[in-house]
Amino acid sequence: MFDFIVGKYNYWIYIILMMIGFYAMMSKRNLIKKIIGMNIFQTAIIIFFISIAAKRGATLPILEHAHDGGEHAIEAISYINPLPHVLMLTAIVVMVATLGVALAIVLLIYKKHGTLEEDEILKKIEFQE
Amino acid sequence: MTDQAPILVILFPLMFAFVTPLLGWWKKDLCYPWVLCGLSLSTIFSIITLKEVLNTGVIHYHLGGWDPPWGIEYVIDHLNSFILVLVASISLLVAIYSKRLVKEENPEKEAYFYTLFLLQVTGFLGIVATGDLFNLYVFLEIASLAGYALIAIGEGQAPFATFRYLVMGTIGACFYLLGVGYLYMVTGSLNMADLSQILPNLYHSKVVMVALIFFLVGVAIKMALFPLHAWLPDAYTYAPSATSALVAPLMTKVSVYVMIRIIYTVFKPYYSIEILPVNLILGWLAVIAILYGVIMALRQVDIKRMFCYILIAEIGYMVGGVGLANRLGLTGAILHIMNDALMITCLFLVAGAVVYKLGGHNINQLRDAFKKMPFSMAAFAVVGLSLIGVPPTCGFFSKWYLILGAIEAENWIFIVALLLSSAINAILFFKIVEIAYYGEASHDHNEDSNGGNTIDEAPVSILIPLGVVALAIILAGIFSGKIVSGIIQFAVPPNL
Amino acid sequence: MDMETITSIKPLLATVTPLLCILLIILSRRIPNLRELWTIIASLVTFSIVASMVKTLYTGKVIAYKLVEVYPGIDVAFRVDAFGLFFALLSSFLWIVVSFYSIGYMRSLNEHSQTRYYAFFAVAISSALGVAFSSNLFTLYLFYEILTVCTYPLVTHNQDNEARSSGRIYLGYLLGTSVAFFLPAILFTYYFAGTLDFSLHGILNGKASNGMITFLFLLFLFGIGKAAIMPFNGWLPRAMVAPTPVSALLHAVAVVKAGVFCQLRVYFNIFGVELLHNQNLDIFLIYFVSITILLGSLFALKQDDIKAMLAYSTISQLSYIILAAGLYSYHGMLGGVVHIVMHGFGKITLFMCAGSILCGAHIKKISRLGGIGRRMPITMLAFFFGALSVAGIPPFGGFMSKWFLALGSIEAHQWPILVVLLTSTLMNLGYFMPVVFISFFGKDSESVKRDPDIREPSPFIVAPLAFTALVSLAIFFYPYPFIRLAEIFVKSMMGG
Repeated sequence: MFDFIVGKYNYWIYIILMMIGFYAMMSKRNLIKKIIGMNIFQTAIIIFFISIAAKRGATLPILEHAHDGGEHAIEAISYINPLPHVLMLTAIVVMVATLGVALAIVLLIYKKHGTLEEDEILKKIEFQE
Repeated sequence: MTDQAPILVILFPLMFAFVTPLLGWWKKDLCYPWVLCGLSLSTIFSIITLKEVLNTGVIHYHLGGWDPPWGIEYVIDHLNSFILVLVASISLLVAIYSKRLVKEENPEKEAYFYTLFLLQVTGFLGIVATGDLFNLYVFLEIASLAGYALIAIGEGQAPFATFRYLVMGTIGACFYLLGVGYLYMVTGSLNMADLSQILPNLYHSKVVMVALIFFLVGVAIKMALFPLHAWLPDAYTYAPSATSALVAPLMTKVSVYVMIRIIYTVFKPYYSIEILPVNLILGWLAVIAILYGVIMALRQVDIKRMFCYILIAEIGYMVGGVGLANRLGLTGAILHIMNDALMITCLFLVAGAVVYKLGGHNINQLRDAFKKMPFSMAAFAVVGLSLIGVPPTCGFFSKWYLILGAIEAENWIFIVALLLSSAINAILFFKIVEIAYYGEASHDHNEDSNGGNTIDEAPVSILIPLGVVALAIILAGIFSGKIVSGIIQFAVPPNL
Repeated sequence: MDMETITSIKPLLATVTPLLCILLIILSRRIPNLRELWTIIASLVTFSIVASMVKTLYTGKVIAYKLVEVYPGIDVAFRVDAFGLFFALLSSFLWIVVSFYSIGYMRSLNEHSQTRYYAFFAVAISSALGVAFSSNLFTLYLFYEILTVCTYPLVTHNQDNEARSSGRIYLGYLLGTSVAFFLPAILFTYYFAGTLDFSLHGILNGKASNGMITFLFLLFLFGIGKAAIMPFNGWLPRAMVAPTPVSALLHAVAVVKAGVFCQLRVYFNIFGVELLHNQNLDIFLIYFVSITILLGSLFALKQDDIKAMLAYSTISQLSYIILAAGLYSYHGMLGGVVHIVMHGFGKITLFMCAGSILCGAHIKKISRLGGIGRRMPITMLAFFFGALSVAGIPPFGGFMSKWFLALGSIEAHQWPILVVLLTSTLMNLGYFMPVVFISFFGKDSESVKRDPDIREPSPFIVAPLAFTALVSLAIFFYPYPFIRLAEIFVKSMMGG
């Protein structure tokens, strides 16, 4: 049991972070807080990806002897997996773009309804109808 | 050029999108022809791709010359070449249609609107063309982000509705990404074809199972499958007319395509039939979605919102067809991707024309619409009959395949849901027709309509796409036999 | 079917001619005389095309034409056999008569939207011919549904509240039954039989379990709502809100006869009479429709509205025709089939008389008809002729078919049916003869006294009804070519 929790601590961290983000997105009434929750949610996924790339005792995947690789056999085990990092670079870009769009929309909402509290906006919408 | 066709289909809208704002600074009026030009090129190359696939079989296009599974590969087979043509041509039609509407609804901002429009189309086309799971995620987000922005510029509570959509959509995308991560963790590959080779040895693994669940939940949010549909009606109701005509038919259809890809290409069909009973769950959700959609649609007084609920029900058709997990059912689902894309496009085009001419999308604004806008309402009549499933419109044939598939799978409840939804669609349709046909209660009996001087029809830029789609609904029905035997039967996995 | 087949485009031409005429009708909508001329020309051309096929059929051949394949193994295709031509001949012939009548009727009442009226009338005829010429169940369903939809604007022509509620009932019954029962029945038939093509001895024999056959039989019986078998008869009296020419041609001939035609087609060429007989479904059928025969006549007795009475009379007479499928005997089948024509001529005369009374005297109620025969002798004499024919009194056409039916019920040893026939005939006389009697020999009613202007309306109205009245007399002495076609058909089914 102890092993199950501590041995896979990276997954636990990502799950806890994700749940925090999820909670904020679902139950916070303030739209900015929702966006913050969304960011935590996305960050959790990044941590997950990065952690699956890690290997114990491995180093950065920079091949020092790439030019004469014949003499120095490359052992994959001694390098961490670079691909998830690359993927996450892309994902971060997507994340930032999402954040930008979300903030722009929040600005629009503020201009239209004069508040960022979800329940107040809902009340105003109901009132309009 | 033709061997580069698969990438050109996607590159044209992308490249044209970058130039559009620059062009807008210089001369606003150039944006519209520019967009049409880009989308026409994309449509032409999508048709070339389809022809190529029909003649020579599956096309593998390696981006930048990198070999799979390391490089990104575009795999164009019968399924996605067919959907590429559909997406490209519908976006072209909607672009033609948008001319007056954009000027009216977003004056001074045409350039930005069209930039986003093209980016969104790029996203849709990319999702369909790619053979790489992560690349698919990127395109999914391109399409979604452009979509959020396009919807947010709508009327009334559009920004707030978009915010909710954005939160839900981001969760969906993140779930999808998690699914990618889980599969990558156990296989080390992102290429769909490669994965389908590696995965069968790992089918006992819980990680794979969780990955599939994440994929499906993520995609289900994007396609608004019941019970994850809550964002859709608000978002598409308040969106600008041209946006809802583009997003409503295509976003959901593309998501259904992704679902089919994952269940039947990335995973072998037997995984979702025997190991994890996904199809069973999908079947039930589909039934509920269909019934919920049509019943909610019945309660609406806003035609755009009514169409949104119809869309939710139609998604049930396709998911149900996927869930039947037999040849006929999947054929029906794929055929319905096309048919439904046409029908929903037509519905929202009509809604846009009504908004443009009659000034709103409340059902009561349609009074006497048959007199005022005979052509738009004729198109509406065609799509209405198709939704009910009256031959020879295309809606009949999707039902035909789906019901035959359901008989084969002995899924009686799905048949009942399909027939019931037909009946309720009939009520819906004639509810609108009655209002538009009878007009005011104090109808002047002896008024001679032969003069026809009360006609106040939408402009030609709206009527042409509308007419084309309405005609396509009928032609797609008449030639559905040819479409199935020529294209779709190859798109269905052979071992199903 | 195993007969010599000739490929000819004639059935397609006959079906398309009325559709082409619509274009001309719409183009010449501002010149009423030209517009009506097109209708007349189209009806003459259509009839001559149909009639030109008679010779070929006499030689024992059938004419076929395949249009397009919509599903592997299922085509939209035409196939003219004796039975189909029989029905087509009747519909296209009466279209000529009613076209003249329409001109008189619509103009004398100064009706609105006449262009729409003539256009949809042509669609209705086209689809009735399509029903007649269908070579398989799919094509039949296609035209059946088009017929339902295109008659809606005709039935609700008045566009007032009564028309609206009648329109709802009309579509509710017809679309409801066809979607809920007829369509599933077709799909199940296809699933079990693997084909939908009509065949001389049915296609279901030995293909499905006995329980399934019974289930399918019930689905078809209730699914073809146009045949107005109780309990799905409610739409017909309500449809009488339509202008009289519509009631005359569509609700005495084209639509309702299309309904019974479909029923007989299904029993003869999908199930096959042997199959029905072996499972005792024929016995069930004849007793089931006997209820409709008796109740229909009973309801007709207590109507005061002329058209409502005629509607109930039609409901009753339609079920006579269905007896053909249940009386497992040569004369039974012959009688039922021939009754389509005999009743058609009689009933259309009666409806046109009702319209003539409306135009000439503005009276709709039987109770106000006192003395009207003295002012409108031709109309009421024609009414008398039509009534005698429908009731089956020699020397009128109706006698012939009833005679055959009576013979058939004796051959089939179904004595109770003979009693039903005789009772119903008495009731027919019971509701027709008082009308004739009071109109000629009764005291002038209030409305007749008050209005000195009552006289025969325009010759466009009187000539057609006098003509059909004479035809229903003449057809007793010279029943060819109808009876010959019916004989060919029945003999081919009885195995030569």
